[in-house]
Amino acid sequence: MAEICIAPDASARSREADHPRDSLVVRFGAEKPLKLDAGVTLSPFQIAYKTYGTLNAQRNNAVLICHALTGDQHVASVNPVTKKPGWWETMVGPGKPIDTERFFVICANVMGGCLGSTGPASINPQTGKPWGLDFPVITIRDIVRAQAMLLDQLGIDTLFAVAGGSMGGMQVLQWAASYPRRVFAALPIACSTRHSAQNIAFHEVGRQAVMADPEWRQGRYLNDNANPRRGLAVARMGAHITYLSDAALHRKFGRKFQDRDNPTFSFDADFEVESYLRHQGSSFVERFDANSYLYLTRAMDYFDLADDYAGSVANAFKGSETRFCVVSFTSDWLFPTSDSRAIVHALNAGGARVSFAEIVTDKGHDAFLLEEPELFAIVRGFLDGAGRARGLAPAAAR
Amino acid sequence: MLSRVKQDLTMAEAARTPGGSRVDLLLIADMVAPGAKVLDVGCGDGELLRLLGERRGVDGRGIELSREGVNEGVTKGLAVIQGDADTDLADYPNDAFDYVILSQTLQATRHPRAVLEHMLRIGRHAIVSFPNFGHWRIRLQVALGGHMPQTDNLPYAWWDSPNIHFCTIKDFRQLCFVSGAKMDKAVALNAWGSPLRLNAPWWFWNLFGEQAVFLLSRR
Repeated sequence: MAEICIAPDASARSREADHPRDSLVVRFGAEKPLKLDAGVTLSPFQIAYKTYGTLNAQRNNAVLICHALTGDQHVASVNPVTKKPGWWETMVGPGKPIDTERFFVICANVMGGCLGSTGPASINPQTGKPWGLDFPVITIRDIVRAQAMLLDQLGIDTLFAVAGGSMGGMQVLQWAASYPRRVFAALPIACSTRHSAQNIAFHEVGRQAVMADPEWRQGRYLNDNANPRRGLAVARMGAHITYLSDAALHRKFGRKFQDRDNPTFSFDADFEVESYLRHQGSSFVERFDANSYLYLTRAMDYFDLADDYAGSVANAFKGSETRFCVVSFTSDWLFPTSDSRAIVHALNAGGARVSFAEIVTDKGHDAFLLEEPELFAIVRGFLDGAGRARGLAPAAAR
Repeated sequence: MLSRVKQDLTMAEAARTPGGSRVDLLLIADMVAPGAKVLDVGCGDGELLRLLGERRGVDGRGIELSREGVNEGVTKGLAVIQGDADTDLADYPNDAFDYVILSQTLQATRHPRAVLEHMLRIGRHAIVSFPNFGHWRIRLQVALGGHMPQTDNLPYAWWDSPNIHFCTIKDFRQLCFVSGAKMDKAVALNAWGSPLRLNAPWWFWNLFGEQAVFLLSRR
């Protein structure tokens, strides 16, 4: 009985990885391999993406949105897997700060992801089975390199802007460093030029939780129609705490009990916060592939922009003509303001044009995804200013 | 600097042209060559940067201590970062700008000399404007009133003032001398925002100038 229940689940996950719903897909054949930092090439591979708005005749109004660790291409429309609104609908859409009536917005699932871009859940054409741990380790630079190939394919030479938070922000910084002439404006939010030891440590706890689940089966769970649900859920629960803040958790849950007046003197989810975390964990495993989680956390761990530029981030941005707007949040302890300030120092030292705003909020790292009017005003103002400099038509009066 | 935004609002009532721009800011704008690369240290809500962009077509950047000021500036599309003149100027490379401007902020810095020296290092020119503590009304308040002065330009009580390093025009000239700054141009404004006679002696400026604007370069 259990076998029958699990079987369609695993194949559905595999299907989403190769044939994503509600997405555009570009496939790169043997003539266009993806050169990876790990020293190998990936070929063939595919990228799943979504677009919103219209590319203008000058082809200069394209905005690339880079998603975070567990995000996807469904930035401003209903996610076909979760049936929930797009993950950044507060920011991207008609009349929103990243206005789809003005900009041509592109968002691609990252390489290594599980919603249509080639990753460990995709079928390895050489074996006819999911890649699993045979999938090569990828880096933020690999992810960005693949995105650049997608833009080549779409005939977009220069992006008006690249924007993203967290791991998305890392991609923004990598874009500005790797392809300075292709990026007119860059919006790295709540991110860093390198993943800190503390953040690597948190990721390692999450990975160990996944790998400790017997259902992980050395990464071959898809072949066996299994799923390391418990391990991945624990990884998500741990990570989720790092996306919030002490103050936000206290405001939201305090020490309130869940559907009961007294403690049960057991290990039930007595507290609301426990119940909330369990829900976060269990809903996450329905939409995310465990191996993708391993690969993408690894990609973030390896990110250190200074490494590629003789140990100095300033070198990465030397002479850059890109306009930057760096944003951080006061209660973000995963990517604290000091990380953003280091980006700003490097940009200043490189002579780049940079704005930097720190937003007061108790919502922690996740603030970039939430209702933060000050963030919206800043993004809107920054893009308006950059749009004037770029000669884009102003937003229609609303 | 913490309260530049607040202070700007007060000064807004003091001296504006019929067009609505602050006289001291227009004076600074006149000193800046068109198209120059400019850093405004303590840029408040970005009014001077906006003015410089409109009138002189400069490539402007700003540093501001107050979070409200920064976010307001960025919202206007200006390149403004949150930072502190006393600590963050050291991060800028030599000759990064044509002009580094310190408008109504000198008196709020902890180390005015270090700030001025950094300005001259980062920029080929430095422009400094400040309230003149040698103005006769201030002297009168201290000498006869026997209390710390409060004026339209300097509205704070002594205990909550962000201004910790007041100086007179005479004092500032001495700072220029010890910091290796060459005075290329100097203007003093009276209480109504009009420039004082150019050929007036320094003591006259020091007594009747309510604020002063200096254009400096390296000696």
